[in-house]
Amino acid sequence: MVARVQVPGNAKRGEIIDIRIAIQHKMETGFRFDLFGKPIPKNVVNEVVCRYNGAEIFRAELGSGIAANPYMQFSTIAEASGEIVFDWVDDAGERGTERASITVSA
Amino acid sequence: MLPRSLRHACALACLFVWTCTQIGPVFAADAERPSPLRSGIEFTSADVRSLQDDDFQNPGMLWVTRGEELWRVAAGKSGKSCADCHQRAETSMKGVAARYPVYDAAAGDVVNLEGRINLCRTHRQAAKPLVYESENMLALTTYVAHQSRGARVEGAVPTELRASFERGRERYRKRIGQMDLACTHCHQQNWGRTLLAQTISQGHGNAYPAYRLEWQSLGSLQRRLRACYFGVRAEMPPYQSPELLDLEVYLAWRGRGLTIETPGVRR
Amino acid sequence: MPRPHRRRFLVTLAALGLLPRAGVRPAGAAENDLAPIIAKITSGKALQPGRVRIETPLLADNGHSVPVRLTVESPMSAADHVSTISLLSDRNPRPVIATYHLGPRAGRARIATRVRLNGTQRIWAIARMSDGSCWSGHADIVVTESACLDGS
Repeated sequence: MVARVQVPGNAKRGEIIDIRIAIQHKMETGFRFDLFGKPIPKNVVNEVVCRYNGAEIFRAELGSGIAANPYMQFSTIAEASGEIVFDWVDDAGERGTERASITVSA
Repeated sequence: MLPRSLRHACALACLFVWTCTQIGPVFAADAERPSPLRSGIEFTSADVRSLQDDDFQNPGMLWVTRGEELWRVAAGKSGKSCADCHQRAETSMKGVAARYPVYDAAAGDVVNLEGRINLCRTHRQAAKPLVYESENMLALTTYVAHQSRGARVEGAVPTELRASFERGRERYRKRIGQMDLACTHCHQQNWGRTLLAQTISQGHGNAYPAYRLEWQSLGSLQRRLRACYFGVRAEMPPYQSPELLDLEVYLAWRGRGLTIETPGVRR
Repeated sequence: MPRPHRRRFLVTLAALGLLPRAGVRPAGAAENDLAPIIAKITSGKALQPGRVRIETPLLADNGHSVPVRLTVESPMSAADHVSTISLLSDRNPRPVIATYHLGPRAGRARIATRVRLNGTQRIWAIARMSDGSCWSGHADIVVTESACLDGS
């Protein structure tokens, strides 16, 4: 699973920063059929969790109503230098992870 | 005797008509091209435009990212990756997509970007060709074409491409399918007008491979052409068929001068 | 097709004061009964209109990918913040589009994403605050169809 994340490399302590993530995923609804008329099973990224230096700062539960190749933007307060880690899983149990580091100055 | 200035004007007019008849159909056919030339992005909504303009939100960039990974992966018995021969794509592939499709003397045929990648795989990497429209083929083609983003489509028609060009041009005007429509009826004669809730574009290929919201995926120019065949209820030619390659050659000429947008976004 | 759920939903919304007074709805007919879903989110508490804003285009190019931005008015402090935002559709085959969990570390309650919409409809965003109160906002979106069939 290819994914891209965007976190500012540098921020001031207390600053609200924007975080973005895009994951390459069909977000198969379960309502479609293949060329032989067989239903294609539902398979969507059902959870995305974002942790900042180990602490959860954001979690999204997604359904088939989210567009293919899910994109999300949210925010967090820059507290300390470290790592922002994204973990996600789809209905088939396939997991993905991406990380980005941030330097926070006083 | 006519006044001197009028004689000059007459001479110039005669020279112009004579030149037009001598330069040949490619230049005389300039009236076949829409004027002014407009990329499909100009016919889309503000949302689609902002999606294409934002390199993070543009979903096509996910295929560019995947293509960049594949560029460095060794393939086939040669154990070589694209990067082993072509090094950095940012420099070696810059402007390449603007020249395609080309005539390949060794293959003795028209070759588009996808075809070139597969020739590289079979001849240089000793690897299996990639399946047309497969995720890996789309990723590599998009990554290579992306290196020409901002370059202008050259659309040259050298002698060896001439036959293919003429076939493509004929195909462009041939009525097909249950709707009995040719490409030209929508994209040359009626661009800018509305069809249901959509504005008909000029039908250029400069954004491809492109991410279409309709597909919920990225797809090649040939997939887009096949979609048009389906739209007019005609049988879709198979990928890499001479028919689609000829159309690609004609479209490159028709849209020459447009800026490459790969990966473009369309509705 | 009879839709008893729809009536129950409208009655519930009317009771909650969510229906516009001169109730002409511009969007397509609701097909989902959101009342039980909303009741579960609010734990039966009253749902108050306001504080939640949904930004979308009035006219979507097609239903496959519609941009949505959710904003909730909140100080986002430890004592007073948004804990969840639920995005609901009144016409999708699965009414719950997404649920977002956030907290004071978000700094502001604003989320952007892209959703699938099964035709012209109204979407709802329900924000549950740290004090348990629940607020709602909605948006009507007209979803247009492509002019050409695409079986490629």
